[in-house]
Amino acid sequence: MKHLISPTDLTVSELSGILDLAEKIINDPKEYSEACHGKKLATLFYEPSTRTRLSFEAAMLNLGGSILGFSTADSSSAAKGESVADTIRVISSYADICAMRHPKEGAPLVASYHSSIPVINAGDGGHNHPTQTLTDLLTIKNLKGRLNNLTIGLCGDLKFGRTVHSLINSLVLYEGIKFVLISPVELRIPTYIKEQVLEAHNIPYEEVDILEDKMPELDILYMTRVQKERFFNEEDYIRLKDSFILNSKKMSKAKDDMLVLHPLPRVNEISTEVDSDPRAAYFKQAEYGVYARMALIMKMLEVE
Amino acid sequence: MLKIGGLNEGIVLDHIQAGVAMEIYAYLNLDALDNSVAIIKNAKSNKMGKKDIIKIEGTLDDVDINILGALDKNITINIIKNGTIVDKQNLSLPNKVTNVLQCKNPRCITSIEQEIPHTFKLTNKEKGLYRCVYCEQSHKEK
Repeated sequence: MKHLISPTDLTVSELSGILDLAEKIINDPKEYSEACHGKKLATLFYEPSTRTRLSFEAAMLNLGGSILGFSTADSSSAAKGESVADTIRVISSYADICAMRHPKEGAPLVASYHSSIPVINAGDGGHNHPTQTLTDLLTIKNLKGRLNNLTIGLCGDLKFGRTVHSLINSLVLYEGIKFVLISPVELRIPTYIKEQVLEAHNIPYEEVDILEDKMPELDILYMTRVQKERFFNEEDYIRLKDSFILNSKKMSKAKDDMLVLHPLPRVNEISTEVDSDPRAAYFKQAEYGVYARMALIMKMLEVE
Repeated sequence: MLKIGGLNEGIVLDHIQAGVAMEIYAYLNLDALDNSVAIIKNAKSNKMGKKDIIKIEGTLDDVDINILGALDKNITINIIKNGTIVDKQNLSLPNKVTNVLQCKNPRCITSIEQEIPHTFKLTNKEKGLYRCVYCEQSHKEK
């Protein structure tokens, strides 16, 4: 595994390898506290992000490694017009591995063409977010005990929601998966995901625009935020942002063991009254994100 | 239909989707040729309703004509010698094309970094569908 750009770069056995290692880390974090001693992670964040960047940095620090990088394009040489290719060529000589977030789709792939160190896609526009997927899979596997035979509701912005696209790409590799895609018509899943991923793997799915009706069927409800930065005009954003809000009333229709996941940050799509529901797993999910990234960094640096 | 003189020796690109002929003219750099080139737009077609046709006098050296399949998979190529069609070819679709199709997705990295080659991969042979390798948007999506 040289780079991780798309979740499809990982085979089921590579995914299992990462998830198994993450579970070992969860059970004995001390054992891995020096695993990356002397190694450096560069976090190249061309777009603001709190959670993903800090999660990567916490992961590397937990492994005894060091971190360097920038957290906005303004504080990097991109502000001077440097290309992604040139930036990564230089960073390759400063660090052992890098995590890149970029507002433009495909930027980490371009970086991987010119990099001599492993590149991890930490989110590219509305396209892919494979480490969020690892986090999601680790959360599901740990809290549900399996990754197969699940009905998964994906709710909110399915058009621009990169976490959703990445998650679908990975879950189709497991047996007995069914998707319920819940979104306003304007924010439905892109055709290429339907054609190339869902239909190509013969995965049953339905597209609906009412969340409430489907609650009793779901094993997992994956909520997403309607992201302002993905819209070109404010009007569309305002019209659609409150489309789907999860509250206690809707939760009362769900199975007792359904899990609510969310890549965070949330705005108002999950009311805070849901936070105390034992089925609300989104904060636990954020914690698993660090373990998933620790396991990935170790695998990519081959320090296991 | 408008009459254009027959070719004695040359290539006829037929069954071009109406409106696409100029794109093909530009891609093949036909403006640089000294030979006669005729572009027929919106010609009547029983099969397609309307179609474009390009007639090129002489031969086209150093051009992989199969790449045209990425622009329009229905194009047929007629090779003319001594005033008659000696060969009729259908285009095969190349698996990958570079700088033939342009990615129009404003969220794609190619929209801000001009030196990145626009590379597309064939993802659906039946539909002749190509997707940008960077953002995965189809060349047919607006």
